[in-house]
Order: sequence, then C-alpha cells, then structure tokens
Amino acid sequence: MASIVFAILFYLATLLLVVGVLFRISTYAGTPAPLKIPTTPAPTTTGGVVLRMTREVLFFESLFKANLWTWVLGWLFHGSLALVILRHLRYFTDPVWDWVAFIQPFGMYAGITMLLGLCGLWARRLFVERIRYISTPSDHLMLLLLIGIAASGLSMKFIAHTDVISVKNFFIGLMRFDIKPLPADPLLVVHLSLVVLLLVVFPFSKLLHAPGVFFSPTRNQKDDPRERRHIAPWAKSFEVSE
Amino acid sequence: MSDITAPAYRTIPIIPALKPGAMEGKGPFVASDKLNEAIGFPGQLVEDWHDRAIARMGELLTKYRSLKVFMDACVHCGACSDKCHYFIGTQDPKNMPVARQDLLRSVYRRYFTLPGKLFPKLVGARDLTREVLDEWYNYFNQCSECRRCSVFCPYGIDTAEVTMAAREILDSVGYGQKYSNEIIGKVHKIGNNLGLPGPALQDTLEGLEEDVKDATGIDVRFPMDVKGAEVLLITPSADFFAEPHIDSLIGYAKVFHATGTSWTLSSMSSEAGNFGMFIGNYDQLRAIAMRIRQAALELGVKRIVVGECGHAWRVAYSFWNTLTGVGDGADPNDRFAQMLQKQLDHRYKQPAHICEFTWDMIQDERLTFDKTANDKYIITFHDSCNVARGSRMGDLPGGQFEIPRNIIKAVANNFVEMAPNTTREQTFCCGGGGGLLTDDLLDLRVKGALPRMEVLQQAVDEHGVNFMATICAICKAQFTKVMPIYGFDRRMVGGVHQLVSNAIQLGAK
Ligand code: SF4
Ligand code: SF4
Repeated sequence: MASIVFAILFYLATLLLVVGVLFRISTYAGTPAPLKIPTTPAPTTTGGVVLRMTREVLFFESLFKANLWTWVLGWLFHGSLALVILRHLRYFTDPVWDWVAFIQPFGMYAGITMLLGLCGLWARRLFVERIRYISTPSDHLMLLLLIGIAASGLSMKFIAHTDVISVKNFFIGLMRFDIKPLPADPLLVVHLSLVVLLLVVFPFSKLLHAPGVFFSPTRNQKDDPRERRHIAPWAKSFEVSE
Repeated sequence: MSDITAPAYRTIPIIPALKPGAMEGKGPFVASDKLNEAIGFPGQLVEDWHDRAIARMGELLTKYRSLKVFMDACVHCGACSDKCHYFIGTQDPKNMPVARQDLLRSVYRRYFTLPGKLFPKLVGARDLTREVLDEWYNYFNQCSECRRCSVFCPYGIDTAEVTMAAREILDSVGYGQKYSNEIIGKVHKIGNNLGLPGPALQDTLEGLEEDVKDATGIDVRFPMDVKGAEVLLITPSADFFAEPHIDSLIGYAKVFHATGTSWTLSSMSSEAGNFGMFIGNYDQLRAIAMRIRQAALELGVKRIVVGECGHAWRVAYSFWNTLTGVGDGADPNDRFAQMLQKQLDHRYKQPAHICEFTWDMIQDERLTFDKTANDKYIITFHDSCNVARGSRMGDLPGGQFEIPRNIIKAVANNFVEMAPNTTREQTFCCGGGGGLLTDDLLDLRVKGALPRMEVLQQAVDEHGVNFMATICAICKAQFTKVMPIYGFDRRMVGGVHQLVSNAIQLGAK
C-alpha cells in the first residue's frame, strides 16, 4: 500500500518539479533585459562571464566578501548537499557507477556536515537580530524541512538500518514504471515524505534561487555597452514610431 | 530643520542595533499636480491606485528580467543586510536592502505567486494597502540606488533595480517625489537640471573666460553651440556655477586648450544628469538622453565627452548606446543609431569620460604639470557609486578605479587611500545620490554619509588628508553640505579636474 502511495507521490512531485522549474526558467529567459546593468568590475568577454558565474556558483564569491559566517555555513551545507545527492545515485543506478561507489564514504560524512551547516544557518536566523527581522515563517520551515530530511536520512544509517536493497529495488522499479514494495520503516516513510514535500515546494519558493542565479543580469551580462548596441524588442518599437 | 543630527562615530566596521521605525514618515516631499502632469504622470494619487499599481507591477515584471528574477531569487540570507549606508546611519531595519526589497516582494508574492495567494502569512505576503503604499513611498525614497548591496548578494540582486521599479509604480499612480520630478520637468523645459536658460549660461561662460584670463593671463575659451567642433562636452549643470564644481569645468577647458582640441557645449543639451534613471522610467530616461543625440547631430561633432558626474556617466556609458545610439556596433538596419554612429570618430571610445580623455592626453605626453601646485594637499579619492559599480573607463575591467587615481598621481605628489573595504566597488555612497539630494531629506543625507565620514576621519587622523577628490556632481554637492555638520571644512571636497586645473602648465606646449 505504502509503495503505491509513494510511487504516485513521487511521479506527481517529479512532474511538478520538472514542469514548474522549466516554466520558471522559460519566464526568466523570455523576459527581456532592456538595459546593461552588470555590477562592475565586470568581465568584458563571454569567457569572463562564464568564469565569474562559475566562481559564484561553486565558491559563492560574493557571499564570501559579504559575510564569512554565512559563507562558511552556506558553503558547508550546499557542498555537503551536492555530495549527498550524488551519493544517492546508487539507489537509481544498477550497476552502481564506479565514481558513485567511490564517493559513498564521503557522502555519509557529508550528511553530517550538511546537518551541521543547516543548524548553523538556522541558529543565525534565530539569534542574529537583523537576520531574524528579515525571516518569514517559510524561511524557518524551509530549514526545518531540510534538517528533517538530513536527520531522518542519517538515522537510517546510524540508528536503525533500513533495508536499502528493497529501497533500491523500489526506485529502480519506479524508473521502469514497475512498482516494487517499499520496506515498512517509519524513518524511511518520514524521509521520503519530506523529500516529496521538498520537490513540491521547490518551484514555488525561494529555492528558485538555484536556477535564478544564472539569469541575474548584474552577474551574467558582459560589460560592453559602448561596443555593441544592446536593445530590447519592446524598446525598439519606440524608434520605429518616431 | 531642528532634528538634524550627525550620529557619533564608531569603530568600523560595525553592525548597528535595530531601531524599528526610526525613519518612518521621513520621506521626501510629494510632487505637486503641476510637477507630475508636466512630465506625463497623473497629478495626484488616482482613485483606482490599487489596481493600477498592481497592473503596473505586472507589466514591469514582463519587461525587466532583473525585477522578475530578483523577486523570486532572494533567500533572505542577510548578506546584504549590513551593507547599506542608510541602514548603518539610521538603524531603521527597513533600510536594510533585503527588507527594502521585501516591501515590494511581499506584494509581489501576494498577487503574482501561488503560495502568496494561498498562504500569505506563511511566506510573508501582504495585500497592497494604503499603509503599504506609503511605506513604499517612504523607504524607496530612502535608497540612493548606489548598488553597494548588489556587490555582496550571492545572486547579484540589485536593490537599485527594485527601487526604480517601485518609484516607477508610484509615479504611475500619481505618487511621485517632488525633487526628481521637478528636475525632470526643468530639463525638458529649459535644458538642464538647474533651470539655467541659454543666455544665463552664455554669461556664465564669458565670466569664466575672464576669470581664467585674470588668473593665468591666457585666453582659455568656453565655447557654446559651435558647429563643427570636434568634441561635444556634456557636463552636469552644477559645473556652470556651483563651488567646487566650477573648478573642474575650468580644468576641462584647460585640458582642451592645452591639447588644442576644439570643443563645445550645447545650450539645448547643457546637462549630463539624467534623473529619468532615478525614477526608473524608461521613457523619461530615453527622452532626456535623446537631447544628446540631437545636439551631437546638429553640431556635427566627432566625439562626445562627459564631465564629472556619477550617475550621468553610468547613463552615458551603460545606456546611451541602448537609448540613443551614442556608441558603436549598431545593426546595419538600425537607422537611428546608424545616423549618429557614421558621424562619430570610432578611433575613440564613444562616449568618453573626461578622465579617459585627460588620461589619454597625459599618456601621449601632450600635457605638462607642475605637481607642486598641489603640494598643499594630502589627497584621497572617493569612488562615486555610479562610476564604481555601474560603469567603466578605459579598456580593462576596473579602469574606472585606476584612471582617476592615475590622473591624481600625475598632477599631485601626495595621494593616499582610504580603508580598502570602503573604496572601489565597495565604496560607500555619499548619501545624496538617487534623487535624494534635497533639503527635505537632509536628516537622511547626514545619517547616510556617516560611514564615509568615519572612514575619511580615519584617513585624516592617520595621514593628515585635507582634500577628498571625487568625480560626481552629487557627491560634491552632498559633501559640501553635510561635511560641516561632521566638523570638516567644506572646501575639503573637490573634483579631480580641479587638481588638474591647479597643476596644468598652459604655456608649455
Ligand atoms: S542605498 Fe545602496 S546599499 Fe542601500 S539599499 Fe539602496 S542600493 Fe542598496
Ligand atoms: S544578499 Fe541577496 S539573497 Fe541575501 S538577503 Fe540580500 S538580497 Fe536576499
């Protein structure tokens, strides 16, 4: 029974995530940027822009300049999350790719550091006056959701083992539209429910910062306004009517 | 104006404690019917302001990718929260960049997102009430659009863009700010922000020629409306009569004279400033910029050079090509831009900053200086925000930092830097930019200047600095007004070309 419910939930949530995020991306991409507004000093070439973006996305360059604590905690969380997600590929691949097998032990520790990063970020939100001021209930809940996912995941590893073979069978089956039984393990149920929730929330929440960062004109524009005329379609119409 | 106080200095850097509501109701004067209508906005707050404001927001969200992305992407990380000089100076939490954006974002969420429609409380979404509208008016007129916050945001979220959108919405429902709208009216009607008519300008320029002759014995010309001149100079109108601005104008004239460059001002386009940017209105921005294209075509100039004005240089460097075609690289079928681009001499950057012009001449050894003329000064340089964070000079990223400093070092012996995390792209705003340079906001301006004043004081104490050079008319006007309140001499502020003017040897070449 649980396996059917989860199968449906995962299908729906994944569909929502993909459609939702693609829709968002298409609105970002489809909205014109009428003026050149890169924050300087900005690169003057496309290669430079790619480098700038890479530094932002991989190393959180601007955040590093802004606040060391937020940077440490934010980077710890995101870096760990990336490892954890990659580690989870083993539930979706058969045979498991070599490099996925290789990172398994690191991925486990990453679960712990991820939890630490999240708790640190939440502590900032709770105890730093100005961050508390700007926080909405959803900001707190989002952190709690991620903390819940990390904690339930870790406890299946370190407290009460779940039957990972069956879990893997379930997900491989899911990918082949062949629903297999899921172990009736309360921790697993909590973990998977929270993950479904995360997938659902993603396209409607501030998690859109992930695709959004690539569309931020202050970061992705080249600094070449004197060399090339940059004009949005809606602005061009003024000229024709003159 | 009894309640204007200069906050006490602290040790930098500091993150102040919050004082909610400290700047509530301290916004600027509201524009009158006459001022609003003169530039095409409704005279007063319209009856259906609620629906019209939401509709306008919806429209802007489809026209500006910046706004669209910035409304969604903020994660409330707070990295920007302590970066705004107005927050540091006033301690009002709504002057934190993220909180300022949230004034708009909360309404965006309510009307344009699903969770905001379903669970407003949860995601901090709010209905657009009259209180919210007033809050917009108040706090979006306490942002100088300096973009300092955007340097630090991991997603490059630029509060200036949000402020511009908010002001655009406010103007569209008849809730404009007096100072900016008045100035925009003047530039359309008379040709410059100060409302100096052509004949008065002519008089001023003749007076300047006499002054320079008296001081140097040399006939330096200040030409106006000269057809066929090589260079059209577009400069802030403050340069024509206010101290210390005028000293820089004299400096530009001397540079042109010494290098034998023919140049001219234009009476129809005697203003570099473009307040259309401050109110975020593309049509105004474009209409004001268009005067430059017209003047250039009428006078048949080969080059366009912009004087010492921060936001004007941002508009010129970043937007003129887009708005009017002053620049390079227009499509072959782009008729309007082609017209102008055929005329301009593309061996030079179009438009160029006066600092680029002077620095090129210095490198070509076409100018000679007596550096000792500036020996009475120990000089520091204040990067103006619109130059530092919104534009460039020369060929390399960061040229806008190097070139003015190089000029200062070429014309003076004593140059020192202020604290590194407060200069270059991290520079603090003077506190008067973005259409806030008005007496009704003096309290805000004084408080907003606090971080710069603290750092300047440091440089005074450590190095004996007695001159702060800057290349922005708003910085100059703002500093001469607020520095005495902090106990500095107002003559400590001046332009880079004022130093050039002191040291340049006119007879030498
Ligand atoms: S004044 Fe400058 S730092 Fe403050 S919110 Fe506006 S753009 Fe950001
Ligand atoms: S730094 Fe950017 S993401 Fe962080 S709170 Fe400020 S605007 Fe939002």
